[in-house]
Amino acid sequence: MSRGKTWFEALAGTDAREAKPASVLCADGTVGDERVRFLAVVPNPEAKFPRSREGELGLEEGWALARHVRDAVVEDGDGDPRALVAVVDVPGQPYGYREELLGLHLALAAAVDAYATARLAGHPVVALVVGQAISGAFLAHGMQANRILALEDPGVTVQVMSKRSTARVTQRSVDELDEIAEEVPATAYDITSFARLGALHRLIEGVDADEPVTEDVETVRDALAEAISSARRDGSSDLSGRLASLEAHQHRSASLRVRKRLVEEWSG
Amino acid sequence: MTAPVQTRTKFTELSARERAAALLDHGTFRELIGPFERLESPHLEPQGVVPACDDGVVVARGDLDGERAVVLAVEGLFQGGGIGEVSGAKIAGPLELALRDAERGHPIRPVLLLETGGIRLQEANLGLLALAEVHAAIVALCRHVPVVGVVAGLVGCFGGMAIAAGLCSHLVMTREGRLGLNGPQVIEQEAGVAELDSEDRRLIWGTIGGEQRTATGVADALVEDDVAKVAEAVRAAFAAGPPAEHRSAQVGRYEARLAEIDTSEPLDGSALRALWGDGEDDR
Repeated sequence: MSRGKTWFEALAGTDAREAKPASVLCADGTVGDERVRFLAVVPNPEAKFPRSREGELGLEEGWALARHVRDAVVEDGDGDPRALVAVVDVPGQPYGYREELLGLHLALAAAVDAYATARLAGHPVVALVVGQAISGAFLAHGMQANRILALEDPGVTVQVMSKRSTARVTQRSVDELDEIAEEVPATAYDITSFARLGALHRLIEGVDADEPVTEDVETVRDALAEAISSARRDGSSDLSGRLASLEAHQHRSASLRVRKRLVEEWSG
Repeated sequence: MTAPVQTRTKFTELSARERAAALLDHGTFRELIGPFERLESPHLEPQGVVPACDDGVVVARGDLDGERAVVLAVEGLFQGGGIGEVSGAKIAGPLELALRDAERGHPIRPVLLLETGGIRLQEANLGLLALAEVHAAIVALCRHVPVVGVVAGLVGCFGGMAIAAGLCSHLVMTREGRLGLNGPQVIEQEAGVAELDSEDRRLIWGTIGGEQRTATGVADALVEDDVAKVAEAVRAAFAAGPPAEHRSAQVGRYEARLAEIDTSEPLDGSALRALWGDGEDDR
């Protein structure tokens, strides 16, 4: 069973077997006093589009995520926006001719738009990275969150392309890539390196990512509760918190310098 | 009202800086963080890549039809228009300021000139974070003012920036322009030449080219590769105002569109135009 499915079931308390498409799980539950909609993209061997059968975030997945997220926004439109928790374990997007023809970029944009719209409407959006968080799939499912949490585990990785593909595209060996990653944390795959860029709200330690026991699930639920309440307390509905972190001042200083200059020069 | 100088110049022959200047009302172009400030990427030199003094993105303020505007132009000739930390911040940052202005009641017209292969692999997760900020700003800004994207060529628009294009209120393309998540070469590399022959130009443009994209409603306006025509289309988009519903919010429409696709049958560009062309499926 995929980590995404494992954690979705552990947190939402259901296998959402009625899901359509079966690759996008969605269920409402609670964390503490909070109403929460849990969302996950999982492998579906029967998927209509064959290149999305191993958990890839493809055409149907992008639009289905958008539907589930937007439904929550509409249902809560008269106040009391529930929290949204994106359980992230996505190996990437499908690479295929038909996918491009049918507008894969737009399917991913639909999910991005939905999550950002929910965040702007006051829903606390929390991403919980339990496995892979690769590329366009992570942009569509996770990166628009107010808060990003991740399990500290060797199987938790964040990157823009699989290591194998990056090696081919940049014409470098996997060993060379590992050497570069030592110097340039942005090119590393491990979650500790990603944490150095300042976008993580918290790294959750000491949890079995593959086979969580009750205690592990409770640890994660506590972290989710804290992240949701912190997002509500803070009240900001944009992503500016990522650049305000101590880590960002160290490892994203150029991003900050550009913004400072822009403010100075904006009005001429 | 000052219109740009009327010349029969191919838009795609211009550099990013020239494109931005050509779009804005004549004489109003003003560059922010220009090349002489030398705000270049700090991450390239250590990896053996020569940096550019503008990191491949031009931020230009000026007017469009006399209204305040900001044009963000990616230079496709530098590192394939790849988005790194600085170039990404030069797109996200101005959009965030445009949002701030709009929220204060001073809307400004944002235009994105997209020539990019997506995230610059040497800067990897820094590009990923920047793109998430670009996406967030576009979605927030679209609630106040149309965000207009142009994909003219010759690089095309791919990766996380194709997602940004998908978020735009209005998308202008030329026949040369291509728009897709994964570039043809990456698909051939990952899925094999039987899936897609990246050297088959006819096939590629028939799948993700400007004509196909506008015919199937995935982009809005198909224009000639001509400075005056592109400038006209951008102005027309702002004059028309925001769409009733942004494309990336049309969940019911696109789920229905996908539902009618029979994956057991072969599908190509012309077959899809028969299905999706001219809003066929909405009638």
